[in-house]
Amino acid sequence: MLKFLILANKRGQIRFAQYYEHMSKDVQETLETEIISKCLLRSESQCSFVEYKNSKVVYRRYAAMYFIVGTDNEENELAVYEFIHNFVETLTKYFSNVCELDILFNLDRVHMILDEMVVNGHIVESNQATIVSSVRAIDQVVNR
Amino acid sequence: MPAVKGDGMRGLAVFISDIRNCKSKEAEIKRINKELANIRSKFKGDKTLDGYQKKKYVCKLLFIFLLGHDIDFGHMEAVNLLSSNKYTEKQIGYLFISVLVSANSDLMKLVIQSIKNDLASRNPVHICMAMQCIANIGSRDMAEAFTRDIPKILVSGDTIDQVKQSAALCLLRLLRQSPDLINLGEWSSRVIHLLNDQHMGVVTAAVSLIDTLVKRNPDEYKGCVSLAVSRLSRIVTSSYTDLQDYTYYFVPAPWLSVKLLRVLQNYPPPEDAAVRTRLTECLETILNKAQEPPKSKKVQHSNAKNAVLFEAINLIIHMDSDPNLLVRACNQLGQFLQHRETNLRYLALESMCLLATSEFSHEAVKKHQETVITALKTERDVSVRQRAVDLLYAMCDRTNAEEIVAEMLAYLETADYSIREEMVLKVAILAEKYAVDYTWYVDTILNLIRIAGDYVSEEVWYRVIQIVINRDDVQGYAAKTVFEALQAPACHENMVKVGGYILGEFGNLIAGDPRSSPMVQFQLLHSKFHLCAPATRGLLLSTYVKFINLFPEIKPQIQDVLRGHNQLRNSDVELQQRAVEYLQLSTLTTADVLATVLEEMPPFPERESSILAKLKKKKPDSVKENAETKMPRPAAQVNSFPEQPHPIAMPEVHNEPNQDSADLLGLSTPVPTMNATPPKDSAAGLLVDVFDTLGAMTTTTTATNGLTPGADEGFKRFLCKNNGVLFENDLLQIGVKAEFRENLGRIGIFFGNKTSFQFTSFTSEVSLPGELSNQLMVQANPVDPVVDGGAQKQQMLNIECITDFSEPPLLNIQFVYSGAQQRIALKLPVMINKLVESTEMDSTTFFQRWKTLSSPQQECQRIFKAQHPMDSEQTKAKLLGFGMGLLENVDPNPENYVSAGVLHTRNQKVGCLLRLEPNMQAQMYRLTLRTSKESVSKELCELLESQF
Repeated sequence: MLKFLILANKRGQIRFAQYYEHMSKDVQETLETEIISKCLLRSESQCSFVEYKNSKVVYRRYAAMYFIVGTDNEENELAVYEFIHNFVETLTKYFSNVCELDILFNLDRVHMILDEMVVNGHIVESNQATIVSSVRAIDQVVNR
Repeated sequence: MPAVKGDGMRGLAVFISDIRNCKSKEAEIKRINKELANIRSKFKGDKTLDGYQKKKYVCKLLFIFLLGHDIDFGHMEAVNLLSSNKYTEKQIGYLFISVLVSANSDLMKLVIQSIKNDLASRNPVHICMAMQCIANIGSRDMAEAFTRDIPKILVSGDTIDQVKQSAALCLLRLLRQSPDLINLGEWSSRVIHLLNDQHMGVVTAAVSLIDTLVKRNPDEYKGCVSLAVSRLSRIVTSSYTDLQDYTYYFVPAPWLSVKLLRVLQNYPPPEDAAVRTRLTECLETILNKAQEPPKSKKVQHSNAKNAVLFEAINLIIHMDSDPNLLVRACNQLGQFLQHRETNLRYLALESMCLLATSEFSHEAVKKHQETVITALKTERDVSVRQRAVDLLYAMCDRTNAEEIVAEMLAYLETADYSIREEMVLKVAILAEKYAVDYTWYVDTILNLIRIAGDYVSEEVWYRVIQIVINRDDVQGYAAKTVFEALQAPACHENMVKVGGYILGEFGNLIAGDPRSSPMVQFQLLHSKFHLCAPATRGLLLSTYVKFINLFPEIKPQIQDVLRGHNQLRNSDVELQQRAVEYLQLSTLTTADVLATVLEEMPPFPERESSILAKLKKKKPDSVKENAETKMPRPAAQVNSFPEQPHPIAMPEVHNEPNQDSADLLGLSTPVPTMNATPPKDSAAGLLVDVFDTLGAMTTTTTATNGLTPGADEGFKRFLCKNNGVLFENDLLQIGVKAEFRENLGRIGIFFGNKTSFQFTSFTSEVSLPGELSNQLMVQANPVDPVVDGGAQKQQMLNIECITDFSEPPLLNIQFVYSGAQQRIALKLPVMINKLVESTEMDSTTFFQRWKTLSSPQQECQRIFKAQHPMDSEQTKAKLLGFGMGLLENVDPNPENYVSAGVLHTRNQKVGCLLRLEPNMQAQMYRLTLRTSKESVSKELCELLESQF
């Protein structure tokens, strides 16, 4: 299962975080700092999988943003790696070309989209159209 | 400023922009505090906040939380949002609660009530939000509240797909949280049949649930195997247009395929032939697709395809039954080893590790050895190199061990610091496991120390010593090699330890060569002495005293070193004590006693390598692969140290047994370090261990005389030793350190408070019941009445023996712990054998005296059955510990043991002779004591009898 998903920019600032395992704020903070700096230090030629304590960390970089996912040992690395891309594409579809600021200003929407895709650390939905349409449905109710 | 989606909250956007524009951390904190104060006053004062405003503030709090600030208010407002009918308000409320409210919060009751309302509503969006909240928090209370509703929602026909998805994961969460509360019972088959659901999203969610259920109870959910196989088969054979939106870059439902392949890894290969064939076809199709030209140049396409491929290979390895598939998988991974994508190389190395453990594919994996070694040398990413090391370790066997170990050693010189320690362990294990020629093993380990000394843990150098001691064919070589290694001007401290130990045991094997004569060996070791840490110096001191035994010709030089101020007045008590005791040992005792005490170490019991245990602890997975190799490789059988299931810890320091004996013999000097060293029972290694088990095994007599339970056992344990733990319970540990000389004794009693609270009104008094008051004089200084939590207090006793005695003095301890009076009554370990000093005599004298003591009053004889294994080494050790020494070459029958000593009391000296005759066939002993005094013969005989 997935343990957490963190979004950070290349200056190491955290932009979004969702945990599927209970951790105290202190533990979360150390984990965030350590993992983000670990990922930032890696070059393009290095592989996208890192070990951190007893988690496997899979990360992917999009321009200035790092998408970092921690999993237990039961996950398929490439599947997680492509899940990140699927998530990014879904965000792109919703925000029409997503950027760091979109995420920052719409934390709740990002949470909603992620909640549609992952529940309790398990991938439940990969169909981008379904995900986007259910979030849009809420927007429409609001705007009416 | 980018638009905020939905109902644009301008206040929020402004706040976020403000934060982003802050020039410094201080400014940011200031802005945040201002905002927090603002929100707090809004929540407190203004009762007319509407839903929109609450939502805005909660959003701000979420953002502040994300920036790393803890939020301690706003929870109630978030709970209020739950009852709003507006989606976004409700959603923000749930979000805040999922992220910020802990499962044991007081608010949980309110939250659960809101969730109940939402679940009961007809609105699927509300139901989904409520269930996601359960899935995210999943507390025990929630499990209790919803354990009936959720399964019904999940399998009910009229539930919409999206709700089913949430319900599946919600149930999964509750199952993890409170497995005892969830019993699906009749629902289980309907849950399995969700695998046939039309909606791929529902199947994706259901597989996760089923995987967890299967892990709990494989038999109950066996039916899922055939369903999973047919679902997989339909996906694999579908064209990419069939699944429409669930096709990801021309790969049909990659995440679902991966999950299905995972579920199947919970079971052995399907028993049903048809299912099995279908599964094999699936796996073959997946392997075939890997060879087809890609449908897209996009990396997403190949990644998704390979995700499924790797999971299929995992299943093939898991089933481990079809050689054809295994070899195909291996070839496929072989291709990936040289792929330009680093990710694929990494994963291929990882999967191949598993393949190496299968008997069908082990040989196929070995074909890639060259490629893997190249990867180790050329990969630019340490994670990948790490995987290459793992694979080399897994593919190693008798045929390639020398080459692989050599490569790993070569790599170690430049290896990344982060993986050195693990590599050292791996090299050490491989070298031991596949050594045909133990000289190669010794060379390898010494190289290891030379190259990466800092990363060589205790386990590694303990192990090489164990092996050298147990294998006499390699001892001479080992001595020669360490001697050479120590010649290096700068050698690692671990090398000094191994060198010191081995030369101390086997230095004599190379002493014939003038280039490594005793004096040269000694000087070589001593040249390193001053550069070493205290622990190593202690080890070297033991080596020196062993040299005195091995090479009497250099005794004066060694005694000079021991006598030196650096040793005798060393501030490190351990070193000081060793120096004092070794010096006395070498000065006072005869060559025979010296030879017995400092004899070569007996072979270590065969046990699982502690290195392996350490590696297992470090990396549970990677060792399993190698250690439990499924293939009965010939090499594994040749290993001379069969791996036993119980890892046994190494004794802390090996050469301490002689230290303990030295305590017994080094009587003439009062030990100056007495009060500084806490009593340590475990530190004394083998000799004491023998007695510990003895103490534990002797039959316990019931404490009828008001003694605290355990008093007798503690007392008996001290018959053959002077230091150790006399008594221990939850509150208090009592240690004893005793010295006897002629008719005098000095006993240090150490009271250790094991709790974190004070003991008050602490007293400890010695009483001499009955006759004893005329036989012994005991002088005790008072103890401090307060013993702080975790502290240790000591009491010193001076004892004088007036005449022989048979009952021990009693020790009464009283104190108050948390208001309650505590009372402990123990036997003080003072027996007459403590006052016996051994005497040397030759055979003629012995038997002359033996004859003169032949009257029935002077002799006491017992014939008894052996209660312990009749091991001659143990018997000798016990007799030496008893205090009467051991005379060699005295009894015409070499099986027998004889001792002689003098009992010192103020009134008289009593000569004592002892003879112990074992009868191996009958498993019996005859023990005879002859002394000039009847009561002494009787008492000594009784004391000693219980020991065999």
